[in-house]
Amino acid sequence: MIEMPIIDVQKCDGCGLCIGVCRCNALAIIDRIVTIIESMECDWCTDCEGVCRTGAISCPFEIIMQES
Amino acid sequence: MAVQLEFLKGIPYFSGLGSVELESISKLIFEKAIDRAETVVFEGEPAAYLYFVASGAVKVFKTSAEGKEQILSIVRPGESFNDVPIFDGGPNPASARAMGPVLLYGVKRNDMETIFRNHPPIALNVINVLARRVRQLVSLVEDLSFRHVISRVARILFEHVGGEVGRGPRLTQQEMAAMAGTAREVVGRSLKALEEEGAIKLDRHRIIITDKEALQKIMGVPS
Repeated sequence: MIEMPIIDVQKCDGCGLCIGVCRCNALAIIDRIVTIIESMECDWCTDCEGVCRTGAISCPFEIIMQES
Repeated sequence: MAVQLEFLKGIPYFSGLGSVELESISKLIFEKAIDRAETVVFEGEPAAYLYFVASGAVKVFKTSAEGKEQILSIVRPGESFNDVPIFDGGPNPASARAMGPVLLYGVKRNDMETIFRNHPPIALNVINVLARRVRQLVSLVEDLSFRHVISRVARILFEHVGGEVGRGPRLTQQEMAAMAGTAREVVGRSLKALEEEGAIKLDRHRIIITDKEALQKIMGVPS
């Protein structure tokens, strides 16, 4: 399973701005709520998080130390 | 397609105007559809139009001589961009590019003057819009001028390293911005700068600290 951005359905107002900015069609409105569609093309650009006014979408980074 | 009066009502510029006034204004507004990654306004060029975003999102940004980008704002539906050169007659101070498919409502510079003359109450609305914009830009200037954001972002990364892959804490750029006391846009640029310094590597949803000593140096920790 590929890691994908996270939607908080309680915060999503269904405006669809994130869908417009997504370059890999990984987002869709289903029943007025944004839903994630798994996509290998998602390169974690975080634009969807950046445009969301309600903070409903997040692209968290895992921070790791490179093994020497 | 006709400009939607209902949409115009929701634009802060035209707040408080009645249907008759909006109808007359709508005749001076044209629609422009642009594709993802299309640049609609180029920094330094003469300004001909004021734009309102009807749908989609547009990023307004400056580009350095080295090609580095600093986002000034993300313009969402109902909001405007390119206001300043329309009112002061100077060149575009920044570029604007579509983040996806975007529909814009545009007004020619001369037509905006006509709208002002015919509907003076708009002036107060525009002052409010520009005052908000100044406040936002002052905050960004403060971030970029006085705060060593890169060193703080470096420290945040250092303090949030997870032990085991897939089990460590996760942070969004928004959360890092809140921790660093800065704007999300500044965090994005800081991460890119740290990557260019060779301290980290951005690997999709992972930030890999590739040079711990370089990161500590940026943090201001003596090695």
